[in-house]
Amino acid sequence: MPLDFPLSASFSLAIVGSGGAGVITTGGLLLNAAARAGGYGLLTRSVGPQIRGGEAAALIRLSSRPVDCHNDSFDLVIALDWQNVQRFAAELPLGPGSLILAEETAGDVPAPLLVAGSRAIKIPMQKLAKGIPGGRPNMVALGLAAELIGLPEDGLATIVTHALAHKGSEAAGASLKAIAAGRTQAAGIDRGARTFALAATPSAREHWIVTGNEATGLGALRGGIRFVAAYPITPATEILEWMAPALPKVNGMLIQAEDELASINMVIGAAFGGTPAMTATSGPGLALMIESLGLAVASETPILVVDVMRNGPSTGIPTKSEQSDLNISVHGLHGDAPHLVLAPLSVADCLFTTQWAAHLSEKLQTPTIVLSDQFMGQARAIVDCPESAVFDETRAVPPPGIADYKRYALTAHGISPMALPGAPGCQYTADGLEHNERGTPSSQAEDHRAQLDKRLRKLTDHDYGAAWAEIDGNGDIAVVTWGSSTGPAREAVARARAQGHAVRLIAVRLIAPAQPARLAESLAGARHVLVVEQNHSGQFFHYLRGHGALPAEARSLHRPGPLPLRPGEILSALPLGGQPA
Amino acid sequence: MTALPAASLPAASRGAGDYKSKVKPIWCPGCGDFGVLTAITRALSDLGLPPEQIAVVSGIGCSSRIPAYLNAYGFHGVHGRALPVATGLKLSRPDMTVLVASGDGDGYSIGGNHFLHACRRNVDLTYIVMDNRVYGMTKGQPSPTTEPEWDSELAPGGTGLRAFNPLVIALAAGANFIARCFSGNPIETAQIIVEAVRTPGFSFVEILSPCITFRPDEHEWKKAVRQASVSETSDPSRAAKRLMTDDGFNVGILYRGDRTPYQPRLAPVPDALATMAREFAV
Repeated sequence: MPLDFPLSASFSLAIVGSGGAGVITTGGLLLNAAARAGGYGLLTRSVGPQIRGGEAAALIRLSSRPVDCHNDSFDLVIALDWQNVQRFAAELPLGPGSLILAEETAGDVPAPLLVAGSRAIKIPMQKLAKGIPGGRPNMVALGLAAELIGLPEDGLATIVTHALAHKGSEAAGASLKAIAAGRTQAAGIDRGARTFALAATPSAREHWIVTGNEATGLGALRGGIRFVAAYPITPATEILEWMAPALPKVNGMLIQAEDELASINMVIGAAFGGTPAMTATSGPGLALMIESLGLAVASETPILVVDVMRNGPSTGIPTKSEQSDLNISVHGLHGDAPHLVLAPLSVADCLFTTQWAAHLSEKLQTPTIVLSDQFMGQARAIVDCPESAVFDETRAVPPPGIADYKRYALTAHGISPMALPGAPGCQYTADGLEHNERGTPSSQAEDHRAQLDKRLRKLTDHDYGAAWAEIDGNGDIAVVTWGSSTGPAREAVARARAQGHAVRLIAVRLIAPAQPARLAESLAGARHVLVVEQNHSGQFFHYLRGHGALPAEARSLHRPGPLPLRPGEILSALPLGGQPA
Repeated sequence: MTALPAASLPAASRGAGDYKSKVKPIWCPGCGDFGVLTAITRALSDLGLPPEQIAVVSGIGCSSRIPAYLNAYGFHGVHGRALPVATGLKLSRPDMTVLVASGDGDGYSIGGNHFLHACRRNVDLTYIVMDNRVYGMTKGQPSPTTEPEWDSELAPGGTGLRAFNPLVIALAAGANFIARCFSGNPIETAQIIVEAVRTPGFSFVEILSPCITFRPDEHEWKKAVRQASVSETSDPSRAAKRLMTDDGFNVGILYRGDRTPYQPRLAPVPDALATMAREFAV
């Protein structure tokens, strides 16, 4: 994936309204129509914890190039109403030239949204919708947006007709009339400085429209996962809902467990039986699974745990994103319990990273935690079709008829062949008790030391290749980041380069085991290092520092969710000094 | 000379001893669990199962040490979680015969939620709980089945809590086979384990297994246990009345239903991963 992200024209809009007003549906239709027109884009939802009747916003960015983050401010806000908008006004940064189109009966634009230089225009969306039998205000809003960004009529009509097919032809017809009414209204609006016309970029690659959670599910299946046990939790549930009907088609299954303690232990049982297995959860569920993650370490059972992170601690803010589970993922297990922690770098990369993680688990007979997050998990993006990755890592099994089988044999690389139940003559007991090479429980010092050594050695001696991080450029300013912060960091780097600065980007995919030597190598020659992440305490920064992987003068840019990091925020933290190189 | 693995012997010539491993049990002299080990090996021999086709899954406690003492595949996990491990194994490997070993603390206290849902889910497992009404491995604390007045350092004068009735719970939650055994009668216990394994679905075998170290009073159990005076029933309401009114010492098969075991269905039409990915194409 090329990291050299050329600056592109993009357009950001938000459609807001109370829950049930249809803003999320509207946003989805707009994104689909943009995809059909050959554009790229990103749709995230801002919703409260209420299932019905709370606040909702569809946040959309459209571009002629792939985008992995939102921009610094919105060009356009369309408000069907202003109910509860104060709850997420901070998620709607506006600037000079921003245009607000608000339902005329909704009252005045709330003060937090009024910034210098923005303009507000009242539009009779409800009135226009009432004039059309079956017409709805959100479809008028869709027409407004479509006209302002130049979406072709035919493509949008096809998308809307297809989406409403289940409601009958009258519903689709009414929607198309409402869209037309919105387009007519928009034609008379002075667009001001923030204009945009969605243009298709000629691309050899097919485009996909996919969420990070869907990409995670597909990556897991491609990685060989055939058993999933899980407990519903926001924002991970969509992974399970995508996988539930998919698994039986590939000879697999998904079990809804009674709780997360059961989920992870079912997964351990399936993996012990030879079936690559995973669960998906979020922070609270991961916390419940920690004891059994230690069991998977000690018993050397390969399992995959996807944590779609949200704001913590405790129940925190379940519907919003944060990168604050790094500490528990890396350090949460009791005892010395080495395991793998990986983090995808974008919506599309959820596929690659999850697939790789599944193979690494099997090869290294270890639990692997994949740290996705609410932002990329629930974001729906138009991306280039991810390239197919092929991994040859699989589980080692003993040869048939092996004499004197030792499940936990002390091999040079630390990996011991793992007999599958059913293999004659290899009966052994997998154990969370410390054990000797045969698996017999042992409290002897030499057995403990030898097994600790082998469980560490198999991870540290493995050659993870180039996929451990994505590294771009060799400028003397280095941005080090991980997870979904890669999106805004990449864009900040591109902007700095456009200003003439030499900046490199290092986006780390393999979090644990830490790769201090590789990181030091990738930082060679950098005079300024900035570590960027979305949490309150700079967890990744301190983790890297603890491994001696950062130069003394490295700095940290970190702040908690729920507001996403924005490119301009990162750009302003770079030591550019107004002196382009 | 190395002995042949039991797997290579024909079924008829596999004795109970062929299902024992070489690992020496850590149990106290006189522990009831020795009788359970004998009963399980005898049952496996009677069933004629190749050792490699058997998996025994356990949690934590004296009872849960049993997989290591058997010549079979074993999984000794964390406290209370044996049932989910066994569920994942059996659902993904229906060819394996899966036994689950637990105790009253492991199975009814820390693992209580899994007990309910395992009964309800009715996966084809045999769940053997060695109930000694005490936490033995942590040296004598009250468990869910301990009598309310039993005195201990952790609960001086007794817990004052009503004892848990696992058989009634199992019936209410949907277990398909419910039996009570006494470890002092390993031959009868073996016969019941054979029936439990052969009955499809979730089979629950509660074995009274005395801990004479911390509960010397349990020496008296051998006098208290008796064969249930009524034959097994498939009627849940009759079974409920019987289980609610007995004194906890009637042994035998007390309930056997005909629920279909849970096994997720595969899709009628398989699909290729490449085809699935098409849903994302613009």
